[in-house]
Amino acid sequence: MSYLTLSLALIFVLIPIFLSKTLKLGLEKDTIIATVRSIIQLLAVGYVLTFVFDAENFIYITLMVILMIAAATQNAQKKGAAIKGITWKLIGTFVFVEVLTQAILLGFQITPPTAQYIIPISGMVVGNSMVLSILFLNRFTSEIETRQNETELILSLGGTPKQAIHLSLMASIKASMIPTIESQKTIGLVQLPGMMSGQIIAGADPVQAVQFQLLILFLLLTTAAVTSIMLGFLSYPTLFNKQMQMLKLDTETNNS
Amino acid sequence: MNTLNDTAVQFKQVSYSDGELQIIKNVTGTFPKGKITTLVGPSGAGKTTLFRLCNGLISPDSGEILINGKNINSYEPTELRRMAGLALQSATMLSGSVYKNLSMPLTLQGEEFSEAAAKDLLKDVGLDTDFLHRNVKDLSGGQRQKVSIARTLVNKPKILLLDEITSSLDRVSQEEIETLIKKINNNYQVTIIWITHNLQQALSIGEYTWVMMNGELVESGESSLLSHPQNDKVKHFVKGDTE
Repeated sequence: MSYLTLSLALIFVLIPIFLSKTLKLGLEKDTIIATVRSIIQLLAVGYVLTFVFDAENFIYITLMVILMIAAATQNAQKKGAAIKGITWKLIGTFVFVEVLTQAILLGFQITPPTAQYIIPISGMVVGNSMVLSILFLNRFTSEIETRQNETELILSLGGTPKQAIHLSLMASIKASMIPTIESQKTIGLVQLPGMMSGQIIAGADPVQAVQFQLLILFLLLTTAAVTSIMLGFLSYPTLFNKQMQMLKLDTETNNS
Repeated sequence: MNTLNDTAVQFKQVSYSDGELQIIKNVTGTFPKGKITTLVGPSGAGKTTLFRLCNGLISPDSGEILINGKNINSYEPTELRRMAGLALQSATMLSGSVYKNLSMPLTLQGEEFSEAAAKDLLKDVGLDTDFLHRNVKDLSGGQRQKVSIARTLVNKPKILLLDEITSSLDRVSQEEIETLIKKINNNYQVTIIWITHNLQQALSIGEYTWVMMNGELVESGESSLLSHPQNDKVKHFVKGDTE
């Protein structure tokens, strides 16, 4: 695809801008910023990936993954600002999920240990983990507030913080995992996944594209479960002090 | 009011603030063991905060709280909360059956609460045993309060903290709860501390009374003090000039 042809794709940006202006939605500025950012970011990533793939150096691969984790943390931590130490909890979760998935993929030789595989898969794993974290943190902070009476009731009856927060924690973990599980139920029927579509458009064998897509789907199930559960169990203890008293959420710093 | 051996709860110069707002101001006083003491005062006097301090849901900024002669910090938080049971006006229920709610205190300790014991408890609080498997959503306000009190009793508390448990109930339900609390006080030898807005109730049910205003304990003693208060602020409050 030439850059001239690609520029015609901007028609798809003009349509929402036109609709936003007509209906006075006020989304024109955000749409333009999102478009410009995506062009710059993706082009930059394209050039960086070309360099990293050519170099085949483990240090560059690691740096790319660190960059992904840093960007994902920066994005997700805004939603959990009310939870003490959320930045390190997110970094810990993303690193663990990345190491776990790559260890299985490389350890069992499911994928080859090359930048061409490690980086895109890491992007999908960390990206999915970030979305899951945001879903989890959004739900968890609202569950804590809405279930405050129940939480205090269990504490007042002699329950531990873990018992008191159990319902909020489980509801948040479940709610954050549902989109991943539900989208997998209809995959191929309602939507063709982006990665598979991209491979098919690029001329790959559709069956091979499906095989890779299945690999990614299964990977994302683990990512979803591990991210929500790990982040949940890392987060809840910071809501209580040593006397098993519930601390107030600093909701003023929570942008959710 | 009484000697240390007769004291269930003792406050020694206790203060508590929530951020900039001082809610409890240098409160010193005692609640006698095995008796019913009512806690009265206008809204925002700090009565509920005092209960949360007793139950260990919050800690004082300064001062000491002693339960049965021991500083509350020397108890394990879970032990303290089982010993000083709290029942609130809202009577918060966990979704599900009455039995699930009654079992909760023992479930939290990894123990089972038999249906037979649960039925006995229901009878004790004046509810029919067929309520056991009823969903808490189908209970009236008075029934919820009885279940809430029964649930707190499962922990066999030495002190029962009752926060406005009758204020949203009709007269009949109020009287039933009053009778129930007197029975619990007699049968279980539980010290009762009862927050109420109803001064008539405070006079009729409580042997002792604390009057709190603006975070301070302004007068305490036998409940008859409400008929002949010494403090000018209390006189205004009893007359209904303060709310």
